[in-house]
Amino acid sequence: MEENQSYTAKDFATDQDVRWCPGCGDYSILKQVQTVMPDLGLPREDIVFISGIGCSSRFPYYMNTYGMHSIHGRATSVATGLKAARPELSVWIVTGDGDGLSIGGNHLIHLLRRNLDVNILLFNNEIYGLTKGQYSPTSPEGQVTKSSPMGAIDHPFNPLALAMGSDASFIARTADRDPLHQREMLKRSHQHKGASFLEIYQNCNVFNDGAFEMMTDKKGKPFHTLYLEHGKPLVFANGEKGIILDGLQPKVVEIGTDYSESDLWIHDEHDGMKAYILTRMFDNPADGLPRPFGVIYSADRPTYEDLMEGQIAAAQEIKGEGDLDELIAGRNTWVVE
Amino acid sequence: MNAQELSKVTILFSGDSGDGIQLTGSEFSHTAALYGNDLSTFPDFPAEIRAPQGTVAGVSGFKLNFGSDAIHTPGGRVDVLVVMNAAALKKNLRELKETGFIVANTSGFDKRNLKLAGYDESVDLLAEIKSKYRVIEIDITKLTREALKETSLGTKDKDRSKNMFVLGFLYWLYGRSLERTSAFLETKFAKKPEIAEANVSVLKAGYHYGETVEASLPRYEVKPAKLPKGTYRNISGNQGLAMGLIAAGRQSGLEVFYGSYPITPASDILHELAKQKNFNIKTFQAEDEIAAVTSAIGASFGGSLGVTASSGPGIALKTEAIGLAVILELPLVIVNVQRGGPSTGLPTKTEQADLLQAIYGRNGEAPLPVIAAKSPSDAFDAALEASKIAVEHMTPVILLSDGYIANGSEPWRFPMSSELASITPPMVSGEGEEYLPYKRDEKGVREWAIPGQAGFEHRVGGLEKEKDTGNVSYSPENHEYMVKVRAERIEQVADGYAPLSMEEGEMSGDVLLLGWGSTFGALKVAAQELRLRGEKVSHLHLRNLNPLPKDLGEILSNFGTVIIPELNNGQLVKLIRDKYLVDAQSITKIQGQPFKSEELVNQVESILQKSTN
Repeated sequence: MEENQSYTAKDFATDQDVRWCPGCGDYSILKQVQTVMPDLGLPREDIVFISGIGCSSRFPYYMNTYGMHSIHGRATSVATGLKAARPELSVWIVTGDGDGLSIGGNHLIHLLRRNLDVNILLFNNEIYGLTKGQYSPTSPEGQVTKSSPMGAIDHPFNPLALAMGSDASFIARTADRDPLHQREMLKRSHQHKGASFLEIYQNCNVFNDGAFEMMTDKKGKPFHTLYLEHGKPLVFANGEKGIILDGLQPKVVEIGTDYSESDLWIHDEHDGMKAYILTRMFDNPADGLPRPFGVIYSADRPTYEDLMEGQIAAAQEIKGEGDLDELIAGRNTWVVE
Repeated sequence: MNAQELSKVTILFSGDSGDGIQLTGSEFSHTAALYGNDLSTFPDFPAEIRAPQGTVAGVSGFKLNFGSDAIHTPGGRVDVLVVMNAAALKKNLRELKETGFIVANTSGFDKRNLKLAGYDESVDLLAEIKSKYRVIEIDITKLTREALKETSLGTKDKDRSKNMFVLGFLYWLYGRSLERTSAFLETKFAKKPEIAEANVSVLKAGYHYGETVEASLPRYEVKPAKLPKGTYRNISGNQGLAMGLIAAGRQSGLEVFYGSYPITPASDILHELAKQKNFNIKTFQAEDEIAAVTSAIGASFGGSLGVTASSGPGIALKTEAIGLAVILELPLVIVNVQRGGPSTGLPTKTEQADLLQAIYGRNGEAPLPVIAAKSPSDAFDAALEASKIAVEHMTPVILLSDGYIANGSEPWRFPMSSELASITPPMVSGEGEEYLPYKRDEKGVREWAIPGQAGFEHRVGGLEKEKDTGNVSYSPENHEYMVKVRAERIEQVADGYAPLSMEEGEMSGDVLLLGWGSTFGALKVAAQELRLRGEKVSHLHLRNLNPLPKDLGEILSNFGTVIIPELNNGQLVKLIRDKYLVDAQSITKIQGQPFKSEELVNQVESILQKSTN
């Protein structure tokens, strides 16, 4: 094992030229991941990055760890086999809205329900980049793209609601233009024991520039984003507005005369019902609700690989480690003299 | 026992798919095997779990050939036809030899059953049949109920035991002990002692029926076979294959990871392996075929022996991922338990129509080794060999089995683990500073570094790689070079083959019967028969279908005629003609059923006649 305390971000960079378009949000994510790695306290050889196909999926080539650039949509299932076989490894999945939610949607939901202890980084840019600009499963209705000249008629996925519906044990959201928050979310994803689903809003400056501008530029950000912290009230707009729950309906209120912070919804990461409401603060822009960022939900649930190893240990305790000759002979033999 | 001695007997048990026919057949097989007979079995059942009762579509069959002679096939036409109802007779009467006899459950021949089977209800069918064949008529349903009249079981539960009456009766007919089946029933129904007891008493009732009812009934004796000395067990193909994979794990020191999605007729491999967790076997029931193969690739990347299995439709879904394993150069075993195709095809029937899919069915130039099992017991060796090639050559390997091998069974003189071949993974050594993931040894094999090994961190992927470094490369010359290298390294697998040897006959002659896979037994018997008739026929059976053995070309040139029988529309014949420019003749059968050796004999004779005319 190498001495991991001495790692710096540079130790996680490879000698390969990074080939994303200039200005792509992926650069920021790569930088934050490389920056966070030394803080995780892991030997570099125990870290594996697995990706599928798409712009984001070039990621493993740029990480000086073990890695695999697999095939379209299958990063999640490749990682499932790897983690089940080698539970001690730190396995990171890099995928995008096309790779993870369209062609690979099936594996994603099954990984989440099984709860393998892996970290999924879903780069959501709401467009197909590598195939040059078709609408994706997260593109908003009506979006004009090369393959939807009259506007997309597909209703989009809400990735975090989908993850909640798949019984994910950890879901969070961050954005490429918020490096500090990104690093915090990467660390939280790593710390969570179980499948971590981190949606990262990532700007594709070539085919879908400004898709998240409202939530990332200095002017709009305070009014359109809500940064969640466990145990803290839901406050945004520079402390001027907050959110209360009116039955199951979140509502924006002005803090001051009618409401104080103590009236607001207090974020509880472990509350699955409220987490579902947070994921749905997405649906109707007319509600004026901000987009929540941070850890929306986190729960303790046994991991698949632990259960699998547990069954093997239990079988070995009862039957021993397996005698190949006994297995081959079976219970009914006869001898020909 | 005053019984007529026979050297071999073929029995076909048949009835409704809910009648317990498969259990009856497999129990008779186990008892015959323990007695020392050589045998071969062929279960044949509908794809539906409970097809419409009483109809021909719902008939389930179990064919068993056992003898004191060597047995290589489940037999051609049968000596004994057991029919639980009229539909079973309708479906299978043509399988009965003129000299054979029928055991019929008369209550399965009432008007309702005649109508369901599509017979004229007003005709006394059994009486009509009796004019041509000897028929042993037994009202099995009635006698079973009577045997259980003291029990508190309902009629439905009572009727469920009627297969045991037939089995007991046949045990009497062939002078067999009830011991093995009684013990089996007591274990199977350990939690329901009342059911266990009922089944055992019906089994005995069937046996005693033979003793008491008719002094005129003939009895038969089939002595133990003169098999080579050794210890034997009975084995099915899926069982043997699963055990071969476990053995491969032990011999290589690698953990076996089995990713699979349920599909007929491959699912039993998953069931077998899932039972053997104490061997540190990891079985993963994936969400689909693609996840099954890609999870196995992930496990192989982590240093396991990744294995996946399916049947044709599932293999089609795995194709892209198999290509990934080709370019990554990671060990992976892909088992195809073939069934009738295309598409969903004939899920429970056997066929050999995925050979070309195995060899060519990927995008780009993506060669990989393909090997085939030839019988249920051989599935063990084939699984071990596939794993050895996969690990030692760092390549995906396709192992072809089929429905007939998977579900069929035969006695197996099993090996000791100490006799098994060793498997040596090409793991990296040293410090890793100079590690080049795609640098090759003289066999074209790269060194294997796995996560957790410090200093060997590297990235692999599906994009074309630069020679040695494995870095992404779009260089035209490099791509051509890598395509050629990947082809050559697979060709080099053939350097490890044992020299070819004939199953029957000499290394040269008039006719070579060339086969692969599950047609082994039928070809061997056909070759023996043709040789008895004086033909200079040899039989060669191929284990390795890609790359083909280096000595095959010369052998082909030593025969006047090469005939390739296959259960498809002619696939190996295409490969042989393509590679060797030999005018090979094709015999095909595409009925979801194995060859009968007599069919082969007739077809070979007619090819020979044509060529002499």
